[in-house]
Amino acid sequence: MNRLDRLFQEKKQEILNIYFTAGYPGLGDTVKIIRHLADAGVDLVEIGIPYSDPLADGPTIQASSEKALANGMTLDLLFQQVKEARQHTDIPFILMGYFNPVLQYGEDRFFRACVHAGVDGLIIPDMPLHEYEQVYREKLKHHGLKISFLITPQTPEDRIRKIDDLSNGFIYMVSSSSITGAKTAIQASQLEYFRRVQAMHLKHPRLIGFGISNYETFNTACHYAAGAIVGSAFIKQLGQGANVPMEQQIHQFVQHIKNPVEA
Amino acid sequence: MSYTVDTQGYYGPFGGAYIPEMLYHNIETLRRNYLDIMQEPAFQEQFRSLLKDYVGRPSPLYLAERLSAAYGCQIYLKREDLNHTGAHKINNTVGQILLAQRLGKTRIIAETGAGQHGVATATVCALMGIQCIVYMGEVDIKRQAPNVARMKMLGAEVRPATSGSKTLKDATNEAIRDWINNPEDTHYIIGSVVGPHPYPDMVARFQSVISEEVQWQLKEKTGRDHPDIIIACVGGGSNAAGIYYHYLDRPDVRLVAVEAAGLGIHSGESAATSVLGSAGIIHGSKTLLMQTEDGQIIEPYSISAGLDYPGIGPMHAHLIKSGRAEAISITDEEALKAAYHLTRIEGIIPALESAHAFAALDQLAYREGDVIVINLSGRGDKDLETYIKHLPDHE
Repeated sequence: MNRLDRLFQEKKQEILNIYFTAGYPGLGDTVKIIRHLADAGVDLVEIGIPYSDPLADGPTIQASSEKALANGMTLDLLFQQVKEARQHTDIPFILMGYFNPVLQYGEDRFFRACVHAGVDGLIIPDMPLHEYEQVYREKLKHHGLKISFLITPQTPEDRIRKIDDLSNGFIYMVSSSSITGAKTAIQASQLEYFRRVQAMHLKHPRLIGFGISNYETFNTACHYAAGAIVGSAFIKQLGQGANVPMEQQIHQFVQHIKNPVEA
Repeated sequence: MSYTVDTQGYYGPFGGAYIPEMLYHNIETLRRNYLDIMQEPAFQEQFRSLLKDYVGRPSPLYLAERLSAAYGCQIYLKREDLNHTGAHKINNTVGQILLAQRLGKTRIIAETGAGQHGVATATVCALMGIQCIVYMGEVDIKRQAPNVARMKMLGAEVRPATSGSKTLKDATNEAIRDWINNPEDTHYIIGSVVGPHPYPDMVARFQSVISEEVQWQLKEKTGRDHPDIIIACVGGGSNAAGIYYHYLDRPDVRLVAVEAAGLGIHSGESAATSVLGSAGIIHGSKTLLMQTEDGQIIEPYSISAGLDYPGIGPMHAHLIKSGRAEAISITDEEALKAAYHLTRIEGIIPALESAHAFAALDQLAYREGDVIVINLSGRGDKDLETYIKHLPDHE
């Protein structure tokens, strides 16, 4: 069974998904970061494919991408690292990347490499829905890969329904109209949107991302969805460097998101 | 074969809308409404009236006699440099500001390379009393200081793009991110025939007034409505799209697209996308772009800030790949030489971008007596510092 399916079957709430950019801060950190995240009790990890022009990302993730590319990260190396990380943990892996690197690598070659490396699902935010429907839906099914599409406060209801029908992973709820890492608190208008989508009773579980940076925002998101995604806040933490060993740094970060009282 | 956009937003294999969901609502609203709005009689009336009395259209079609004599053919210059604000860019910004008003938008953002589009956007925003924010690469802010000053005087806020190569590509990224953050009140006035559908088509239609005029102007002057050859420089490609537009389906008219070769096509410092590029996605459009094997976008180089872009509009990708248009690459040095030549022989200082189009005359195969129209897309005031710096080489 696909590890994502299994996760969502076994766990219905407070799912914590942590995003990081592969190759950041150090080229060889990918395996370590995944291992520590898994040990710290993260439910799934979203591995970012660094890209030169990440349109939907704010300064934090942009800078991490730039650094990762400068470090020498490539898709081949990324797949090697993910494959190695897969030897150490059984939590689901999502690859998040823009469409252009996937196209240049070759879509079929990319999907095969994903399966070979133990990747369970994909997020390709600039892949058009109709192109997925016409070209990639069958291919992904064939490879047993899940795909998640984004919805935003501006996505109309009929399109949310269509996305729910077409996707086979989770629904990635972008918490507000913004790029990543832009907001730090959740506003009333966002809650209204969370409730509106919650009341739609979609077939697929929802994870809320963008602006989830601490216990409060994670906790709020979990009231309205199966869980949430933390990205920029984690990258910032990694970027602060090592007064403490990375393992300890990651454990503390995860603990603070999940339950600061016990931390 | 048709060279205009199809119903799905494609030009052959190029075009489309490869955008994150955060942009979907605005792009979809634009897609559904742009043709209807542009075809409204009241819109057309206002658009035409502003082009005439505010921009100063029609722009002259000038027979450059001494230049013609030098090349042994008849060379006509489409004088977009004489438009208000000094370039063709204003044709599009007048159109888009009227469209933005009809969409109920109260805040305008734009990207700019050479600053011509930024100035043209700041100008129409001042005219309409609308807030204006222009994103410009930090490098371009330095090399196009006069245009930065003009934008500020016009009341626009110029925000530096500090990522990547700090030029047009990065300014475009920042403008797109701004739009993601401000989806309700903001319209993004893209300055070229790039970006997700419907932008390439919309901008081409607004710029098509250029070739519409060439048709009757040329008929008045020569008795026939079409030239043998049209030459235009291509960064994103809006002035080229405008001057090609009404001739796209006239195979007897040769279309020449002039790209910036920078220090030389294979120097590693170039912006000759049709030679160095391959199919991929940039700024929401599938087109030709300069990229690594791993699909990372390569930072281009040209002395001309307006041509310093790693992609070309999807229409041009299709025109070049299908053989409808010929691509020529011109180096910095060749462009500078052509700028001085035009200035000394015709008394016209061209923009560095347009100078590339003139340099193509030296590489082009043509017959004696051919009627050639060159789009003189902008004037060179903004480039004086660069020109003066290179003056000794050309004395």
